[in-house]
Amino acid sequence: MSTEARKPPPQIALKIRRILGGKAGWNGVAVQFAFAAILGWIGYEIVSNARANLENQHIAAGFGFLRNNAGFDVNQTLISYTGSDTFLRVFVVGLLNTLVVSVVGIVFATVIGFIVALCRLSPNWLLSRVGEIYVEVIRNLPVLFQILFWYLAVLAALPNPRQSISLLGIAFLSNRGLVVPSPIGQSGLEPFLAMLALGVVASLALRFHARRALFQEGRMIRIWPYVLGLLLGLPLATVLVFGLPFTFELPQLRGFNFAGGSRIIPEFVALTVALSTYTAAFIAEIVRAGILSVHKGQMEAGSSLGLSRGATLRLIVVPQAMRVIVPPLTNQYLNLTKNSSLAVAIGYPDLVSVFAGTSLSQTGQAIEIIAMTMGIYLLISLLTSAVMSVYGWRVSRSLGA
Amino acid sequence: MSDAFSSSFVRRDLLAERPAPVKTTGFIGLMRTRLFNSPTNILLTILGALLLWFTIVPSVKFLMVDAVWSGKDRTACIAENAGFAVGACWPYIQAKLPQLIYGFYPEAERWRVNLTLLLAAVLLLPLLVPRLPAKSLNAGLFFAAFPVVAFFLLHGGGIKGFGLSWTAGLLQLFDESIVGAGQALLTSSETSAIAPLLWIVGSLIVLLGTAIHWLIFPLTWLRDYIQGTGQPVWADFAITAAIVCLVAFVLGGGVRTGGRALASSIATFIGIAIVIKLMDLDHGGLPVVTTNLWGGLLVTLVVSVTGIVTSLPIGIALALGRRSTIPLIRIFSIAFIEFWRGVPLITVLFFATYMLPLFLPGNFSVDGLVRALIGIALFTGAYQAENVRGGLAAIPRGQSEAAAALGLSWWKTTSLIVLPQALRHVIPNLVNSFISLFKDTSLVSIVALFDLLGSLRASFSDPKWSTPSTAFTGFAFAGIIYFMFCFGMSRYSLFVEHRLNAHRRN
Repeated sequence: MSTEARKPPPQIALKIRRILGGKAGWNGVAVQFAFAAILGWIGYEIVSNARANLENQHIAAGFGFLRNNAGFDVNQTLISYTGSDTFLRVFVVGLLNTLVVSVVGIVFATVIGFIVALCRLSPNWLLSRVGEIYVEVIRNLPVLFQILFWYLAVLAALPNPRQSISLLGIAFLSNRGLVVPSPIGQSGLEPFLAMLALGVVASLALRFHARRALFQEGRMIRIWPYVLGLLLGLPLATVLVFGLPFTFELPQLRGFNFAGGSRIIPEFVALTVALSTYTAAFIAEIVRAGILSVHKGQMEAGSSLGLSRGATLRLIVVPQAMRVIVPPLTNQYLNLTKNSSLAVAIGYPDLVSVFAGTSLSQTGQAIEIIAMTMGIYLLISLLTSAVMSVYGWRVSRSLGA
Repeated sequence: MSDAFSSSFVRRDLLAERPAPVKTTGFIGLMRTRLFNSPTNILLTILGALLLWFTIVPSVKFLMVDAVWSGKDRTACIAENAGFAVGACWPYIQAKLPQLIYGFYPEAERWRVNLTLLLAAVLLLPLLVPRLPAKSLNAGLFFAAFPVVAFFLLHGGGIKGFGLSWTAGLLQLFDESIVGAGQALLTSSETSAIAPLLWIVGSLIVLLGTAIHWLIFPLTWLRDYIQGTGQPVWADFAITAAIVCLVAFVLGGGVRTGGRALASSIATFIGIAIVIKLMDLDHGGLPVVTTNLWGGLLVTLVVSVTGIVTSLPIGIALALGRRSTIPLIRIFSIAFIEFWRGVPLITVLFFATYMLPLFLPGNFSVDGLVRALIGIALFTGAYQAENVRGGLAAIPRGQSEAAAALGLSWWKTTSLIVLPQALRHVIPNLVNSFISLFKDTSLVSIVALFDLLGSLRASFSDPKWSTPSTAFTGFAFAGIIYFMFCFGMSRYSLFVEHRLNAHRRN
């Protein structure tokens, strides 16, 4: 006489109810149905109204306009662009300009933010007050205000190119922007770059090897002299063999403007300065909170193990602080990227300015253009949050282990 | 005895006096311990002092010492005329002050703006002081009554009907749209491959529309009858008041417990009646000032206060939706929140300015300010939803389980047990969102609205006041205003946070 467990009844109706209505059951199904009907009605209204309005304004819907000639110039392009190029190329040009200002801004914001955070954490009373004043003032002023301040007040007050401020005789700052020497590739460029890449790869491999030796066999390998040699010595040796990789073309004042060198437009300077100083204030607070979040006992435990103060910070405090810092820091990077769209206020040719601004007013294709612009930003932020959730998952896994 | 005395050690004389410990309090102590205690620290102190010296001193010099305080036009602020290197040009601010505060609001009507600001201050200040009583009444007045009164004060104009007419109008619009959708489906069914299906759905929708038409027929008939009488507003008002009071009475529990609901709804309607009578809304109200004349700080405050008032309900609804167990509502809320949080505000404003008019019926034009307000409300609502969700997640499950054990419905559990606690938890976060909202209002200047920053920028182009220091003066003035508002709000949020965490302090 077997006493095998009876199979549970299938309860198909219950499962269907659960799938369709969640925990709320048939009530949930009814609510969903009503909700879907309302959404459908709103969607219908939007589509029918948009169709009627576009017909009245004689605008053909669709993305065909992207192949038309743009017919306007853009004053900063990373890829070749002329007025006879298509709107699609305008889109790419604007996107690249957005990315370049974001990346440069992120680099500067991180550097300034960490410096300000260190100031605020410093045992020196005066310096920590200076850091606090910086954070309070910058955080309590709108970012658009700061962009306009740098652009309309500070940069406009700079002298004209003929009396421009010389920075060590190689770069010149004037109200027409910043003129810097431009690198010109020579014959030695390719071997130089190849050796540099080789050096980086070899150093990474060395580090990997050293960490494995440390974690698996407990051997300490001192790698920094080799890394230094690989990163500096190898390219230097190439330079000696193949000649200089590139030379700099110095800007020269000719007549009313500079010849040679490359000019960084004032809009870019104003936007970068404003965005990086603004975001730096938030980054400083994040870094400070992250370092303070590590319990004091960790530091004391480190020193009781006989580690030096530097080693304690590097091996114990910073890795733990990084877990707290990285997610909001990424959020700030994302914010900076989104705030770079304020370029439209000062005419820096970013995505919003050239595409959602100039192209929109020329073609009138509001729905397509704004959808594309929003889509790009949405894509960037969704990608970032996906990466962040992977990071969070890894951190929680390592904490759980 | 003497033996023991000689072998043990007993001190016979006092120790020499040691110097007093180094003072670690007060200014001297601060200097010793935190400024000059090591060579590195001395270096850092000097660095900090230099930084302060090169920022504070020139600012003070610019704002006060070298400033020009009076004058009629730009000539007063030119270095050659003044005889010294001119700092801030304050006469320029004096001349532009009305524009920076009111925009182009007609001079004779500016008392309305002042009155609105005064009303806002009177309602807001008691709301911010935790010790004062009657918080719910106060909040109700500020969040529900004040926006309406402020609209009629600032914009002007009157009303032609009241609740009944508006409800009838809305329902009629809805009905027409449904019938239109049904007709569109019927016409497309003539050419489509799935014609019978479309025909059935279309007929069903048309049938539904017709049913609604007959259902609301008494309402529309009553509205048309009222509009024919001599006092349409007051007749409508009386009917609406009677209906709403009755409904409140019945829902409140009828004869047994409905007295309170009845009394409060009657009081509300009396208040509304007084406002209508005072502002003469039934006879056209105050003269209309269209929003393109508004500007300066007025627009900044209108946009931020409207954003604050509208974003909170949107945020609460979305946060509840995101925690809902019903799949479609949860998915919709997540998608909605993530969409608005993923795009920059400026593209939202572009969306509201250029795309929204296309989505509305052609005969339905929306004011430029209202468009920006809609965009900002949706954008901030998504951010507030995440704040509120944080508060909801902080409430222990036991609270809602206890409420369920008492037999409360979902709505009662949420509105009486969970939400009040959750909102209290997140007041600091909400205030922080309001700070960023206040700062973000400056973006409306990009879509051709003249807020404080926009008016400032417009005033730079006035040749009458173009001097080298005009831009710096203007930015200094606007910066001080922005800083005062934002800094005040952030201090308030710290204060509330401190109060809420009182039990955790040690």
